Amino acid sequence: MRLTVALPNDSAAKLQEYAHPEMIVTTDWVAEHLDDPGLVVAESDEDVLLYETGHIPGAVKLDWHTELNDPVTRDYVDGPGFARLMSDKGISRDTTLVLYGDRNNWWAAYALWVCSLFGHPDVRLMDGGRAKWIAEGRPLSTEEPKRPPTDYPVIDRDDSRIRAFQDQVLAHLGQPMIDVRSPGEYSGELLHMPDYPQEGALRGGHIPGARSVPWARAAAEDATFRPRAQLEAIYLGEAGLRPDDDVVVYCRIGERSSHTWFVLTHLLGFEHVRNYDGSWTEWGNTVRVPITRGDSP
Amino acid sequence: MSTPTLNPRLQEIADDFNAMSGKDRLQLLLEFSAELPALPDRYAEHHDLLEPVPECQSPLFLAVEVEPDATVHLFFEAPAEAPTTRGFASILHAGLDGLTADEVLATPGEFTSQLGLQDLVSPLRLRGMAAMLARIKRQVRDQRG
Repeated sequence: MRLTVALPNDSAAKLQEYAHPEMIVTTDWVAEHLDDPGLVVAESDEDVLLYETGHIPGAVKLDWHTELNDPVTRDYVDGPGFARLMSDKGISRDTTLVLYGDRNNWWAAYALWVCSLFGHPDVRLMDGGRAKWIAEGRPLSTEEPKRPPTDYPVIDRDDSRIRAFQDQVLAHLGQPMIDVRSPGEYSGELLHMPDYPQEGALRGGHIPGARSVPWARAAAEDATFRPRAQLEAIYLGEAGLRPDDDVVVYCRIGERSSHTWFVLTHLLGFEHVRNYDGSWTEWGNTVRVPITRGDSP
Repeated sequence: MSTPTLNPRLQEIADDFNAMSGKDRLQLLLEFSAELPALPDRYAEHHDLLEPVPECQSPLFLAVEVEPDATVHLFFEAPAEAPTTRGFASILHAGLDGLTADEVLATPGEFTSQLGLQDLVSPLRLRGMAAMLARIKRQVRDQRG
C-alpha cells in the first residue's frame, strides 16, 4: 500500500492490535523521531490560536478552516492548492507526516482524511494528540519552524473511495450508516450541536437507517483511542457493523465523522467506509430528502 | 455602506488589527488572550454568579456590573486551552470595561466583523464574540433598569 516508508513504524504493543498500526504513532515515538529528516509533525486544532500558544517543537500548523477548505465553494482544496499547501509547510510527497491536535484529535483526523483524498503515502495520527503530549510534561515551543518549500506534485483529489456525496447517500439508504453526532442531534431534539447553535439546519433528526454512535466514544479519558477490543464492542457489537460492510459516516460538516472514519478504516480494518462531509448541514437543509426523528434508526 | 461608529478605544483596537497582515492579526489576538484579567475572588469562588455564553465554541462565562454612576465593569472566564475565545473576551474587556452604560449599549453588533478576522477565524467563533457582546448589552440594560 505504501510507496515509500521514510520512517519505521511504531512498534508499541497497543498499536499492533489495530488493523493498520502503520497509521498511528505514540507520543514516545514522536519524541524519539522528532529530529529525523523524513518527518514533519503538523498540529491541527479547533482553536486557531492554540498552536501559537505552544506546540511540539518543530511542528508546523495546519489550519482546517483557512487551509484545507476552498475559500469560496463548499469543498476542499484542489490538486494545485494541496500541492501549494504541502510545499509551503515543507512537506514532500515522501515525507512521513504525523498529525495531532486538540479535542481527541478531532481536527487532526479531519486533516488526515483530507490528506488521504490526495493519497499522501505516509500520514499518521499521534495517539492521544495534544492533550497527551502536554499531560506527559513534554516540551512545547512557540517558535515557528522554517522549512524550505518542496516540489510537492499536483495530485488529483480522489473523491471516489472515502468521500460520499448526497446523491450517493440517497442511493445508499438501507445500507449501514453511522451518525456520529450527539444523541440530541440524532433524535432531532436539537437543530445543532450542543454549544454550536449557529451551525444549524432547518430540520432535525437523522438519515433513515443510520445508527447513532457519538464519535468521542472511540476515545479514552486520556484522549487516546480505545483498545481494539473495546472499539469492536462498540462498532461491531452495539452498532452491528461487519468489517466487509459498505459504510457511510456523517456528522454536521464532516469533521467529527472523519474521526470515526479513521477508527473504522485504520483501527478496525473496514475497507469501504466513506465520509459524507455534506453531513447534516446539507441533509437537514435539503428539500424533500427523507428524515427520521427519534432515538431509533 | 456606512460603518457604524465605535467608541475611541474599540476603534483603536479595530485600527490596530486592520493595520496588520493576517498572521500578525492572529498574534495580536493571542496577546489579547494572554492579557485577559483573572476573575476577582468574588466571582472565582462563586461561579454561579457568572452567565454562561453557550454560543462560544469553548466554555466562556461572563459577569457584568453597572455602578450607580453607570460605569460598566466586565468580568470573563475562559480556559487557557481556548485562546481564541479568551482573545475575544479580552478585546471586549479592553474596549468596554470602565465605559458608561450608554457607551456600552451604543456598541454596534457588527463590531466583530470590523477586526479583519473573517478570513482567519471561523465564522462560528466570530458569532461567539457577537453573542458575548449581545449578552453584555442585555445585562447592562437589565441592571440599569
